[in-house]
Amino acid sequence: MEKNINLTLKVWRQKSPREKGSFETHQVKNISTESSFLEMLDILNEQLINEGKEPVAFDHDCREGICGMCSLYINGRPHGPDDDITTCQLHMRKFKNGETITIEPWRSAAFPVIKDLMVNRNAFDQIIAAGGYVSVNTGGIPDGNAIPVSKDKADEAMDSASCIGCGACVAACKNGSAMLFVSAKISHLALLPQGKVEAARRARNMVAKMDELGFGNCTNTGACEAECPKGVSISNIARLNREFLAAKFQE
Amino acid sequence: MWVKSSCTTKINYHETLNNIKIMTKIEAKIPQGPLAQKWQTYKANQKLVNPANKRRIDVIVVGTGLAGASAAASLGEMGFNVKIFTISDSPRRAHSIAAQGGINAAKNYPNDGDSVNRLFIDTIKGGDYRAREANVYRLAEVSNSIIDQCVAQGVPFAREYGGLLDNRSFGGAQVSRTFYAKGQTGQQLLLGAYQALMRQVHLGSVKLYTRNEMVDIVTVDGKARGIISRDLVTGEMQRHFGHAVVLATGGYGNTFFLSTNAMACNGSAAWKAYKKGALFANPCFAQIHPTCIPVHGEFQSKLTLMSESLRNDGRIWVPVKKEDAEAIRKGTLKPTQIAEENRDYFLERRYPAFGNLVPRDVASRAAKERCDAGFGVGTTGLAVYLDFKSAIERLGENVVKARYGNLFQMYEKIVDDNPYKTPMMIYPAIHYTMGGVWVDYELQTSIQGLFCAGEANFSDHGANRLGASALMQGLADGYFVLPYTIQNYLSNDIRTPRMTGNEKEFADAENAVKARMQKLFDIRGKRSVDSIHKELGIVMWDLVGMARNEKGLKEAAEKIRAIKKEFWTNVRIPGDNNGMNVELEKANRLADFIEIGELMAKDALQRQESCGGHFREEYQTEDGEALRHDDRFAYVACWEYQGDDKEPVMHKEELKYEEVKVSQRNYK
Repeated sequence: MEKNINLTLKVWRQKSPREKGSFETHQVKNISTESSFLEMLDILNEQLINEGKEPVAFDHDCREGICGMCSLYINGRPHGPDDDITTCQLHMRKFKNGETITIEPWRSAAFPVIKDLMVNRNAFDQIIAAGGYVSVNTGGIPDGNAIPVSKDKADEAMDSASCIGCGACVAACKNGSAMLFVSAKISHLALLPQGKVEAARRARNMVAKMDELGFGNCTNTGACEAECPKGVSISNIARLNREFLAAKFQE
Repeated sequence: MWVKSSCTTKINYHETLNNIKIMTKIEAKIPQGPLAQKWQTYKANQKLVNPANKRRIDVIVVGTGLAGASAAASLGEMGFNVKIFTISDSPRRAHSIAAQGGINAAKNYPNDGDSVNRLFIDTIKGGDYRAREANVYRLAEVSNSIIDQCVAQGVPFAREYGGLLDNRSFGGAQVSRTFYAKGQTGQQLLLGAYQALMRQVHLGSVKLYTRNEMVDIVTVDGKARGIISRDLVTGEMQRHFGHAVVLATGGYGNTFFLSTNAMACNGSAAWKAYKKGALFANPCFAQIHPTCIPVHGEFQSKLTLMSESLRNDGRIWVPVKKEDAEAIRKGTLKPTQIAEENRDYFLERRYPAFGNLVPRDVASRAAKERCDAGFGVGTTGLAVYLDFKSAIERLGENVVKARYGNLFQMYEKIVDDNPYKTPMMIYPAIHYTMGGVWVDYELQTSIQGLFCAGEANFSDHGANRLGASALMQGLADGYFVLPYTIQNYLSNDIRTPRMTGNEKEFADAENAVKARMQKLFDIRGKRSVDSIHKELGIVMWDLVGMARNEKGLKEAAEKIRAIKKEFWTNVRIPGDNNGMNVELEKANRLADFIEIGELMAKDALQRQESCGGHFREEYQTEDGEALRHDDRFAYVACWEYQGDDKEPVMHKEELKYEEVKVSQRNYK
């Protein structure tokens, strides 16, 4: 049932990528447990603006868990203390009256802080640009039903493709590895006949780009899968390794 | 011909009534010939740009949603130099990603009698006969190519056990023509377009600018020749030249503050175009989606859509007895305790032929009617049930879970209630804007060289958009229409040298933007941007929302004027212009939303009929259905900016129906 709670927030503030950041403490009062976590931050920002201070910068957009824009490390967990959701879907009913909440940006060498809680995830775009696609141009395409695809494979591809590119996997990983993100895309496309054609080349190019951009190695801790808001499976990483080895053998 | 063009006699009528000047100077450039051959004829006769010249031509695309990403990727593949801009950190964040249900195409794979012509007619009828025939026919015609294209890109559409593509049905159609990828169709289509775009970025034909907002359009000798943008991270102003500029910046639904749009969705790019002389068409046509999670508190920042696909299996009802509704609102009765005979499945009752699958505007109004009559549920009384009990009994929980699992999970996380056990509560919310920048058949605005695609333009949905047609239109524009039509324009520009950005027009535009930003800072008032935006949203929802009337619209105009004054004298923007400043971004967009709201109210006032998403209480049939006036209002209202302190001028594009027989919509 709906009730109102008071909270202490320890929020990471950092003016710009080059400046040093630190935690700032704020109190928020009468927060409805029906509000979302980001609505609670909206209330904090309204309060800061009314006090003549600068509001906290954080990334968010769709607020329904699909765009992948929101991030945040909340009490030591990417996307906070609930499973299978993004921060924007986290609701204040998960917190207790009087609780202190620590809010940090993603922390990873490959995702530098832009301001406060915002980070730069441009590295993910660069990995996709390196090969995360099927190389077809617009037009001149055979009928959509020309190549049957087994339902199982299509469903499995859909599961891999449900990655929203939020970066929680990288943030959760002690090595800062992007293996879950990369393997999800490689799996999605390799599972479909349309993507199978250039699967080896794709795996080679995407992995090379990932290594170049300063992501760490995978040591199979499974933290990425546990924190993925979309439940993308770690078995994708096994498939990536298979595709990658196959690519190496072809060389 | 069914629709009379009786413009001259009506002009005076409006002049006296609403003090709006009306002129007619609209040329939609619709190709000659029979409807079914227009697009083929156009393509066979249009001018093209040869490969060597394409390399010498720059095209700017603003926005990376379905329309923008697909247009930029296709233009890059063809050999043009493309620059694409997004306010997000990645092109993949665009709000197309949130579309859930699916995408329509006339493939007729299920063998249920679909065809290009049927999709065309359904779309025109769904739009309540306020869309342009030739554009809609072309949309239906290219719809099949979109599916082929997306399959080739690796979009994981749902399939049958035989390996072929699966379809489901959507509102406003009696065939199953909707292709889908779980409840994440928009995501998968956008990722397909995004990946095609990133491939071109990799190949060097497209240059990508992220966290970079177009803040004005630069025109030189009356032609669009570039944009001024602001790097949202550094605050730096940039000048970008293009032989042509494409706006694919989505709709203006966030004028209402609360909508299903993402937080950053805004109408500013379209509004800049309007202020530079592009006509703005049918601004009052906004779609209210019937199945959204109801509003629950004033802290609320946005509304969440529950996909229309849920209406395939979910049944919408409220209690038959008022006392039951009251008990539910007080919390003393649960919906599961209400016996079958005491449930009013009002859509099935009123519209037996289409039942729960009537178009969105019809379903929304029916829900409002029940709630206004005192039968609404939830603590506020502004909600109706969407119940899966009979679907679970018929199909089993596993099948329902396979179809809608992610939507049910989303609902449960937000509302903290299990929709497998208790019916969902839903209420209508602003979802999409059919109105937008006026474009001709080539998707060119009334400014030469400025094109507009996707939701940002007005072209294909008339007064109401059917479900699963937004994705279709965005990708049709971006993959298959604009990359052709823009060449017809650019072929005249092959000798135009690139500009450096040092020209007077670029400098003037940049200085004007800087002056506006400074003006915003200098207000130094007391109120946050959001607090004023919420105030605007309430006025819009109450007076320019689901049901409108003359008195309310006039009141809205006054209230919006007051909000405008409050904004320009009392908004507070903390921080400075050097570097990231989110409040400045929001203020700059809200200034435009306020003016868009003003124009919406004005447009709603002049349209003295009910059609599609525009419902004027004065114009309804005895049983509460929308009453159109085809003799007087079968036109596109195209507004022309005259200056900040002047009334805009309205032009009419008469809608002529040559193939479709115009009739009152009937879903009974």
